[in-house]
Amino acid sequence: MTSNRMILAGLLTSAAMAIVAAAPAFAQDGPIKIGVLEDQSGDFAAATTVKVHAIQLAAKEINDAGGIDGRPVELVVYDTQSDNRRYQEFMRRVLQSDQVDVVFAGFSSASREAYRPIVNQFDGLAFYNNQYEGGVCDNNMIVTGAVPEQQFSTLIPWMMEEYGPNVYTLAADYNFGQISAEWVRQIVEENGGTMVGEEFIPLGVSQFGQTIQNIQATEADFVVTLLVGAAQASYYEQAASANISLPMASSVNVGQGYEHKRFTPPSLANMYVTTNYIEEIDTPASKDFVERFHAMFPDEPYINQEAANSYIAMNLYKQLVERAGTTDHDAVRAVLAEGDVCFEGPSGNVCLDPKSQHMSHTIYLAKVNDDHSISFPKVWEDIKPYWLGDAGCDLTKNDPSAQYTPSSPPPAQ
Amino acid sequence: MALFQSIFAMLYQFGDTFAFLVISCAGLAVIFGMMGVINLAHGEFIMCGAYVTASAARAGMPLPMAILSGALVAGIVGMIVERLVIRHFYHRPLDSIIATWGISLIATQGVLIVLGSTMQGVGTPLGSVEVGIRSYSLYRLVLMACALGLLGGLYILFYHSRFGVIARATIQKPQMALALGVDTGRVYGLTFGLGAALAGLAGGLYAPTMTMVPTMGATFIVESFVTVVVGGADIFVGAAPAAAILALIKAGLTAWYGQLFGQIGLLITVILVIRILPGGLSGWIKGTTR
Repeated sequence: MTSNRMILAGLLTSAAMAIVAAAPAFAQDGPIKIGVLEDQSGDFAAATTVKVHAIQLAAKEINDAGGIDGRPVELVVYDTQSDNRRYQEFMRRVLQSDQVDVVFAGFSSASREAYRPIVNQFDGLAFYNNQYEGGVCDNNMIVTGAVPEQQFSTLIPWMMEEYGPNVYTLAADYNFGQISAEWVRQIVEENGGTMVGEEFIPLGVSQFGQTIQNIQATEADFVVTLLVGAAQASYYEQAASANISLPMASSVNVGQGYEHKRFTPPSLANMYVTTNYIEEIDTPASKDFVERFHAMFPDEPYINQEAANSYIAMNLYKQLVERAGTTDHDAVRAVLAEGDVCFEGPSGNVCLDPKSQHMSHTIYLAKVNDDHSISFPKVWEDIKPYWLGDAGCDLTKNDPSAQYTPSSPPPAQ
Repeated sequence: MALFQSIFAMLYQFGDTFAFLVISCAGLAVIFGMMGVINLAHGEFIMCGAYVTASAARAGMPLPMAILSGALVAGIVGMIVERLVIRHFYHRPLDSIIATWGISLIATQGVLIVLGSTMQGVGTPLGSVEVGIRSYSLYRLVLMACALGLLGGLYILFYHSRFGVIARATIQKPQMALALGVDTGRVYGLTFGLGAALAGLAGGLYAPTMTMVPTMGATFIVESFVTVVVGGADIFVGAAPAAAILALIKAGLTAWYGQLFGQIGLLITVILVIRILPGGLSGWIKGTTR
């Protein structure tokens, strides 16, 4: 009796699951639902609220122009509160009960790694629109943020040529800082430079007196700062007041947290950052973007690179679905595999790479001046996310759903 | 000359860490060390002082005045909190943990909602001074002087003033003090307010060197508790030598092995001290001199 009931229950469950699985096929003519999981409160809110606004701007523009393939876009927005557990909870909710076609999610690498297994489990499709330490080779993820080979292979050689070969790295002591520092080390060695120092700072440390002396005791020509979080940001003020006159190079500042607007000049003076977009970029496309953004959100404090990436991602998704003729993930990926999915956006022309599902970028070298205004001494166009593809990740052939680093690359095929 | 330079560098590092420990733990030493209230909202009093200081300084007030007004506001807030909440928990130390933790969460989230996730700070004043190949922030030398001044001021207050005698009497033997006509409730309130004001002073003094965020108090709290626990119940025989010893350990380890080991060294010291000297340094020093 009991076992019969269990079989019956099992049959009912699988029937229900079949109906759920078939449901998107019937929904073809309704709105296209896009899940948006971004931090609108908590530690990261200053840098990420603008991403939600960028997605809302893109959705409005797409709907005003007739939607995606004639279907309107509907956003399902949840505030993930800078909390990794919220990401997991809301990722389940958008994929299971809201039945969205695609998700735009995540700021920190920790949050991405928290939700990625869930996207894999339900075979969803997620756009990660953030610069990060690189290496995610996963069929269910499309990454529009810049990665180390794009930010460091431009920044570090330029700095070495301009200021000298001796490099001191100061990095936050967790996966982002450790992996980014590994990239810096490798690029410095490839270019014949020397690492005169490398120090990993535990998250939450706010007193840098000894670190500042350590830097002064070396022959460093410039300092690579990969510091993360509000506590570690105290470094700049303390270094400036101790009069360390060394230039700084970074992949994280200015482009995300607009520190040059928030800190008192000249604490960030002489910092060089490679970013794929910030609102100061002086091209007609960028100015037009800033104008449209402020028309919809007049009080936006700063339009950062993640806002531009989110906006670009919406438009890339529109193109993918229109060319595929459906929101079905395999069909969308087949279009991506053709290798010519590009978009002329606020940051210039960008294209998706079929092997890694990452994006090429125009990389701008932003220099913070003494009064914290920004100038751009150098622009590199069409910098490709080459590392994953070269290292052996090819999502058109197989899907390892893994994250790789230079010291643990994909296994040889 | 090179010897002088490296000795100066070591002294500067030691003084810098010592100043940070003394200034950030002074308020906690009064509230936790003397009164026995485990105050997890210590960091938020610091944040309060820092925010008031930065706002006042940016509104045009001279920085020393702004710092004092930060301490004053934190002290007043402390007295209000004592009257409304802390007063009911003097004989329930474990419950006071929950109550002050709640206050800390409310303060952090409240500031986040009302003032946003970040606030523009005030730059570090005074510039820098060159000693040999290295340059040092002058303001941090001022902080070292402030730490010594703070210890001196508290010593005079607690041992050579009427308020100090009454406060120590009230905290050591409340019934006796009450019988002698002391308004113990008022003395408790004032002492807690003094602790909160000292925390606010710490926030004000460090505001020009840090990023202003609602969670900034959290970066002080580990160091303050470590110093007070190692020091024991008395500020002068306890917290001051504890700060000196911890500064030596932390500055030394940070110089040789980096920030991570500095932190580890600090925490290992506390574990050893709690194990070997349960009364802290002050308990041990008083025990041997008796």
